[in-house]
Amino acid sequence: MIPLLIYIIIFVAAFFIVTKVVQGAGLSDYTSLKTVTFGDESAVRPNRAAGIISILTIFLMWGIFTGSSLLPGFLHAPGPYEGTTSFTYTAQAEGQAPDDATVTVVVHPREVATDAPEVDPGDGFAKNDSAAIAQWRTGLINVDRNDDITKKDGAKVIAINGEKIAPGETVKVDGGAVTLSDKGTPNFEPTRGWQMEPLYLPAPEAVWTRSLEIMSSGFRNFTLLEHLGYSLFRVVVGFLIGAVVGIPLGYAMGLSDWFRGWFDPIVEFMRPVPPLALIPLVIIWAGIGEAGKIILLFLAALWIMAIAARSGVSGVKISKVHAAYSLGASKWQIMRHVIVPNSLPEIFTGARVAMGVCWGTVVAAELVAAEQGAGMMIMTASKFQNTDIVIMGIILIGVIGFGIDMLMRWAERILVPWKGKG
Amino acid sequence: MTGLSIENLSMRFELPNGDHVQALQDVSLDLKAGELLSVLGPSGCGKTTLLNIVAGFLAPTAGELILNGHKVTGPDAERGMVFQQGALFEWMSVRENVGFGPSMKGTPKRDKDETVDHLLDVVGLQDFKEKAVYELSGGMQQRVALARCLANDPDVILMDEPLGALDALTREKMQSLVLKLWKETGKTIILITHSVEEALLLGERLIVMAPRPGRIHKEYRLPFADLGVDADLREVKKHPDFGPKREEILNMIWDMEEEIMGGKEDAA
Repeated sequence: MIPLLIYIIIFVAAFFIVTKVVQGAGLSDYTSLKTVTFGDESAVRPNRAAGIISILTIFLMWGIFTGSSLLPGFLHAPGPYEGTTSFTYTAQAEGQAPDDATVTVVVHPREVATDAPEVDPGDGFAKNDSAAIAQWRTGLINVDRNDDITKKDGAKVIAINGEKIAPGETVKVDGGAVTLSDKGTPNFEPTRGWQMEPLYLPAPEAVWTRSLEIMSSGFRNFTLLEHLGYSLFRVVVGFLIGAVVGIPLGYAMGLSDWFRGWFDPIVEFMRPVPPLALIPLVIIWAGIGEAGKIILLFLAALWIMAIAARSGVSGVKISKVHAAYSLGASKWQIMRHVIVPNSLPEIFTGARVAMGVCWGTVVAAELVAAEQGAGMMIMTASKFQNTDIVIMGIILIGVIGFGIDMLMRWAERILVPWKGKG
Repeated sequence: MTGLSIENLSMRFELPNGDHVQALQDVSLDLKAGELLSVLGPSGCGKTTLLNIVAGFLAPTAGELILNGHKVTGPDAERGMVFQQGALFEWMSVRENVGFGPSMKGTPKRDKDETVDHLLDVVGLQDFKEKAVYELSGGMQQRVALARCLANDPDVILMDEPLGALDALTREKMQSLVLKLWKETGKTIILITHSVEEALLLGERLIVMAPRPGRIHKEYRLPFADLGVDADLREVKKHPDFGPKREEILNMIWDMEEEIMGGKEDAA
């Protein structure tokens, strides 16, 4: 809840600072003169400042709750307890006066191996103890192991820091809390603080250094570029084969009754089948190698491209075709000079969708089974709890997917400038 | 035997529910080479069907069409077409659009460029040669459409409400341009229009068609097109015969529309 609250506060505060203070003065473009903007879609443009702040906020939140070294310390959420603390326990045994002893606990970061410190046993039948516990972990402290009278002999812990305690109950102490287990052994849990454990969410700089490391030394016998390259290669090859088959198929369906009748049921049935549902069958048929992946991506792209080409043909205005005929064009010339260029915008839209679907499908297919690739990388990393690699992989997959879309849009702008102008 | 003769043309559409529509019945018309015919009529009188048959996009259910001594069976470059709008190829520049016909025929590049340059001069678009057609205004686009049609040097030009989507001022300028082109090129032109004024101004001959079944109701021979070649069209409209003719035809079409509406009410 606290992170959500902080996020909302940043959202609201940034809104007021940016819109009322920074941008409040000196705007006089056309849109700012409109009095009706609520409900006027054309007056809603993404606020550039909001976009930048939004991205920064994500990294800020990430840093705050992971104790990132990129942020000054005062911005960190309270971290887990680290250091040496102690508590006393009171042991009771038959025929003995209750005796106190001190437990010294060293709470250390997980990656720093630390031994329990030497402590003076002290007097009485209960002896002082010590333990080393890693942050975010808990530890049972067998306080009786060095005592003169052990649990076996009937000794019981009855109080922690003077507070009475029974099995199942908890007493707060400096730097953590002590819970008595069912069998009567104190269990020390250091304070966790508000930060995420690196195992679940590493700090941004940790992800960054791990990325550099993977980039130079590779992961599972393949470098980072090879992993990403394999995924991209599969997408491009699968998509291209899908386009090479799908576009002529779509044209045929747009131009011939017979083709339309023959392929309509197939295309209309296959289109709503998510490509992910084909993974098991493709693995059975073609195995987990390149062939299987490419067949899967081919199938993912095929129907999308066929439908895009078909609707591109159907979308040609009959007056354009008539005009071309009465200008003396042959069927072939009409195909070449009217139908194909007229369908290109639709085909580009289809290609953009198909590339997006293929990228998602290849990652999923690699999650299931692969020897290399972006999906395999994050799946394997997750099995070894390398969360930093998982996060890096997700970010890279997102960036590449976004890049593919941008590239397709750019190509569309350059190659079919007449889109939507007919 | 030059010219276009339409002989007892009938067109009957069978509807899926077993009904039929008689779009044209026994339409006959002789058009000499170089004549400009405008066609008026209420909606549903079959004028667009007639044009589509002349263009060769539709085969009539009866009758035939003879152009320069041979029978018309399909679309051909000898019959050029100018549509209302949206028939330009937006993936081509103005120059490529105008040069489309010659390109299809495989005309040598130099001849083609000459034709295109000349026609762009005629329609006043020389400066817009390399522009994309979607960058032009509606009036300019129709100039391109006219030039594209002329570039093919057709015997007959069919115009399906080519100026219908233009604003009044542009429309007037375009009407003068059509008259000028008609006189200069000597083409046979069939012009379909909804505007009585336009039909009077441009039509050397004018037919008014009636619906149900589609047929020629009345034919006129008019002097205004010849006058308009040299004079301002607004002057032509002041001609003593212009107003009365316009009223007469307007009334005629008005009565037909009334009849259609009345018929509909009866049916309901």
